Amino acid sequence: MRSALRSLWPPLLVLAAVVAGWQLYVTVAGVDPTTLPSPARVVTQGWANRRDLWDQTLPTLEETLLGFALSFAAAWLIAVVLDFSAAARRGLYPLLVASQTIPVVAVAPLLIIWFGFGLLPKMLVVTLTTFFPLAANLAAGFAATDREAMRLLRSLGAGRWRAFRLVRVPSAMPYFFAGLRVSITYAVIGAVFAEYAGAEAGLGIYMQAQKSAFRTDLVFAAVAVTAGLSIALFGATHLLQRLVLPWQRVSGEEQR
Amino acid sequence: MTALRIEGVSKSYGSLDVLRDLELSVREGEFAAVIGPSGSGKSTLFNLVSGLDRPTGGRVLVEGEPAGVTSGKVAYMPQKDLLFPWRTVLDNTTLGLEAQGVRRKRARAQADALFAEFGLDGFQRAYPAQLSGGMRQRAALLRTVVLGRPVLLLDEPFGALDSLTRAEMQLWLAGMWRRHRWTVVLVTHDIREAVLLADTVHVLSPRPATVVDRIDVRLPHEERDVAAPEFTAVERRILDALRGATADATTGRTEVTAG
Ligand SMILES: Nc1ncnc2c1ncn2[C@@H]1O[C@H](COP(=O)(O)OP(=O)(O)OP(=O)(O)O)[C@@H](O)[C@H]1O
Ligand SMILES: [Mg+2]
Repeated sequence: MRSALRSLWPPLLVLAAVVAGWQLYVTVAGVDPTTLPSPARVVTQGWANRRDLWDQTLPTLEETLLGFALSFAAAWLIAVVLDFSAAARRGLYPLLVASQTIPVVAVAPLLIIWFGFGLLPKMLVVTLTTFFPLAANLAAGFAATDREAMRLLRSLGAGRWRAFRLVRVPSAMPYFFAGLRVSITYAVIGAVFAEYAGAEAGLGIYMQAQKSAFRTDLVFAAVAVTAGLSIALFGATHLLQRLVLPWQRVSGEEQR
Repeated sequence: MTALRIEGVSKSYGSLDVLRDLELSVREGEFAAVIGPSGSGKSTLFNLVSGLDRPTGGRVLVEGEPAGVTSGKVAYMPQKDLLFPWRTVLDNTTLGLEAQGVRRKRARAQADALFAEFGLDGFQRAYPAQLSGGMRQRAALLRTVVLGRPVLLLDEPFGALDSLTRAEMQLWLAGMWRRHRWTVVLVTHDIREAVLLADTVHVLSPRPATVVDRIDVRLPHEERDVAAPEFTAVERRILDALRGATADATTGRTEVTAG
């Protein structure tokens, strides 16, 4: 906990300096708030519209979590298949890599056309943007298992599934969490982006509406909420890691 | 009764001949040591006995049956301790039982009963990173012994320890063996260790390895004194056998570590 605090204050300090500079600039230069609102204005207006913001946050959060859950399940399924079958590795992995070159900008509107304005297309965009780091890291983690450990399990009479469960899954966990941290930071952005492409509610559509109404301050407020969500989810992965991998703390193997 | 019989076994990896015509047998309740130069194929031999690899020629019989990983007759403690950092010490020692499909609760009870004897009591819930080198080896040995299999293979269990801890562990293992009379095959680089623990010492030549000498240590297990003249005489015989084998070897220079 102490170390968490110690690693938190430098970025907070930088952030405070940037916000202070921004406030100073806007006040001194007298910038029009529709062009660039001051941080103070963003905060007060955001607070005044908190009910609205909250109502728009809930659908975005729902899309993010459901899309991420789907991504999680798909990543495990694919990574396990890749680990068990050399044929799948040869046939599937290149396609997975190639799938990452498809611009989501192009796919998101198509998903809306196919699946409408509901939840599903947003979930799918979140899944598409977060799936790869999860699956790739997990597969790499399985593959990095100590060969000697696998031989030990075999000499003990363990079959393939049991050896997988007893050795490969736990030894892949640090890799999995590395992937989880990368992909969770994409998840909220994915949902907001999907809403931009067409939605009935959510932070993305809210930003678009406020931009059209020249309420730049509320756009910024929505951006701040988005960032807050991402950071909270990122923090949650750290907590989860501490819970799931208690041995890392004891062994001094926790990253950073 | 013969617990382990290795009949004319050869093993090559591609063009590399590692074992050639190796003969070795171990009686039930016997402590056998296998000593040989580094890289001569001692671990390879264990891989054959445990059934992880197949010999290129010859036969490996454990209690009269061909060696195989599914026969469940051999418990192998590899050269690396391979304790899993994510499992507590207790759960590391149950790994073998769980690998065989024993329920976790029963496996824990079974392993836990041995902790005191292995000097690990109180460390059940610690992680391997919190153990000393000697304790790690004892935990790895417990994981092997708890399986209750007829033949124990120990591949340089104390090779990585400092000499003080090693000496301590050797005495401890000697005591454990006197009490349990397991059938043990111990691979070692350490002549003193072999003489201290074994009934029979099999001396391997450099690669391709074969047994060049078999020395019976006819000293009572209860009172082996490393400083006694009989003890050093046996050590001398083993050293000579190793030197002879190394000098004869066509491969030329091979280092022998006589610990
Ligand atoms: N799977 C393998 N494929 C190819 N070569 C191998 C394999 N396993 C072992 N070898 C080779 O066989 C030789 C003997 O190896 P082994 O590990 O059995 O020696 P060792 O006597 O146990 O050595 P050490 O005392 O250093 O543990 C080495 O030259 C090694 O490179
Ligand atoms: Mg070896």
